[in-house]
Amino acid sequence: MPRPFTPKVVTASALLEGDVVYMTPDNRWSRYLAEAEVIEYEPHAQIRLLDAEMQPDQVVGPYLADVRFGANGPEPAHFREAFRMKGPSNYAHGKQEQA
Amino acid sequence: MYHYNAFDRAFVAERSAQFRAQVERRIDGSLTEKEFKPLRLMNGLYLQLHAYMLRVAIPYGTLNSAQMLQLAMIAERWDKGYGHFTTRQNIQYNWPKLRDVPDILDALAEVGLHAIQTSGNTIRNVTADHFAGAAADEVADPRPMAELIRQWSTDHPEFQFLPRKFKIAVTGSPNDRAVTAAHDIGLRIISRGGDIGYCVLVGGGLGRTPMIGKVLADFVPEADVLPYLESIVAVYNLLGRRDNKYKARIKITVHETGIDEIRRLVEREFTARKVAFTGIDQEWLAGIRAQFAPPVFERDAAAAFNATYAAQPAFRAFVDTNVAEHRQPGYAIVSISLKSHGATPGDATAAQMRVMADLAKTYAHDELRISHEQNVILPHVPKRHLATIHAALHRADLATANIGLISDIIACPGMDYCALATARSIPIAQEIATRFEALKVEHDVGPLKIKISGCINACGHHHVGHIGILGLDRAGAENYQITLGGDGTEDAVIGARAGPGFGAREIVPAVERLVFAYLDLRTSPEETFLDTYRRLGMAPFKAALYGRGEASVNAA
Repeated sequence: MPRPFTPKVVTASALLEGDVVYMTPDNRWSRYLAEAEVIEYEPHAQIRLLDAEMQPDQVVGPYLADVRFGANGPEPAHFREAFRMKGPSNYAHGKQEQA
Repeated sequence: MYHYNAFDRAFVAERSAQFRAQVERRIDGSLTEKEFKPLRLMNGLYLQLHAYMLRVAIPYGTLNSAQMLQLAMIAERWDKGYGHFTTRQNIQYNWPKLRDVPDILDALAEVGLHAIQTSGNTIRNVTADHFAGAAADEVADPRPMAELIRQWSTDHPEFQFLPRKFKIAVTGSPNDRAVTAAHDIGLRIISRGGDIGYCVLVGGGLGRTPMIGKVLADFVPEADVLPYLESIVAVYNLLGRRDNKYKARIKITVHETGIDEIRRLVEREFTARKVAFTGIDQEWLAGIRAQFAPPVFERDAAAAFNATYAAQPAFRAFVDTNVAEHRQPGYAIVSISLKSHGATPGDATAAQMRVMADLAKTYAHDELRISHEQNVILPHVPKRHLATIHAALHRADLATANIGLISDIIACPGMDYCALATARSIPIAQEIATRFEALKVEHDVGPLKIKISGCINACGHHHVGHIGILGLDRAGAENYQITLGGDGTEDAVIGARAGPGFGAREIVPAVERLVFAYLDLRTSPEETFLDTYRRLGMAPFKAALYGRGEASVNAA
């Protein structure tokens, strides 16, 4: 039995600000994980990653990040992604500042 | 201190203009990220977890007030109002925007600073003893040689694509405050029969394979130092491994090749290279040294100090902890702690930078230093000004009397900022500091160096902490390993791993158990944590951490 596929989102850093962004179902880059397209099928994930890599004018270093489903949509599966989604813990900077 | 000449100014301005054009071409799509990345890294611009990060070199940690004021201006105008001073005596800005970076580089160039070679496989910012030129125990000021090395290594055409990054540190004192044994090359100025020479260590480094540097040459005359360094780097450039980045540092080259063979190769190279050095470097060195002439020290610099010291307990505590002996009678070296309890180690706000700059300019011969321990130093302070300086620092939340104590923690940015990190460092440092402040035992515990790294690359120097903490990702959770007995001084030792790691909630109580075990075990308050560890070894500390025979209980 192959291992079940963990749901994923495409994430990257915005070219101009370096801010964390997520790819949406309608091909935008959102600052919010809640708006991300959650991918549940591996071949589709690879295609969406290729789509992201075709946008070097907007983002840097796109990759697939694991998520799980929560009450308000996708949530980070790993603490690194949780920090990326929120911002640093020593100051209320980054996304938590804009929220 | 050194001031840029016309050549320096033109060079830095040209590099800044080049980078401006490179940024424009990246934004308009002419350059791919793959093409742009090495260009931005050559100029110190990283892409981190939440934003770009600009690492600015502070050569051998020396600044004047105008430079510090400019760092403050940059923090306010293009960042979030603060900067982070690092273990490499640099400053990092955590939030610059790509379009602004060329303007920041221009602003740096205005005051003789740059970000060149703060990344990449090049010779990085040369570090030095932060008490250089002031320390009572100093043989000679290491900064003229450090500046000569900076000029030689900057844009050195042979050494722009080394197998891996390359770090050089210089000390002029027998008490090594520059951690020279943990650098690719460590230089120690020594006096032999009245002659000044350099003991050259090679192959030190922390990271995933920590090693203490080995003596390659015990006395290199000053005139031979630059060709000798060039020979070392040239040998490494050809011999160093390029097949595996984890085995590419010179420490591995030395380990695999053997120090005797490296010495033979370097000496053969030296014979050939020495002839190319026609003496111009020594002329340059003499010119540089003239710029590092000591300030004109004032007479009666200590007037009224003793009376104030006796009368004011808070001031006395600050002096006892944060003030070191100066070579000049009546003078002192002041360490300004960037570790107020609960603050982020190494961070200073723009307002704090301005306070420190103003104090340096008004009272302390216009000099500041950044220490690898992430504090700021006023190296030349007439003792009569100490009380005024202390009061001003107190108003700016900069008068914490904790230098060398348990809350004077080195911490790398960790996973709060760094893209390489495997766990956070800053909150652990904050929590340890506030915990021991609440317990009110910090001064009773005495000298104790805690150093925290958020990944195996060891920017937080955990291997040479008396207590070292390494943050790792273990099965998707932050986990912290403890090492004990490390030492970054002239008797450098790599700490030994205590056992299984602790979860984020368990690590601070574990440190607390260690410290209280030490208080029980020491023979007297004069026996430091490190002394006690050396006398008794790991066993009693391991028992304090894990319980006797229960080493796995706390394993995460």
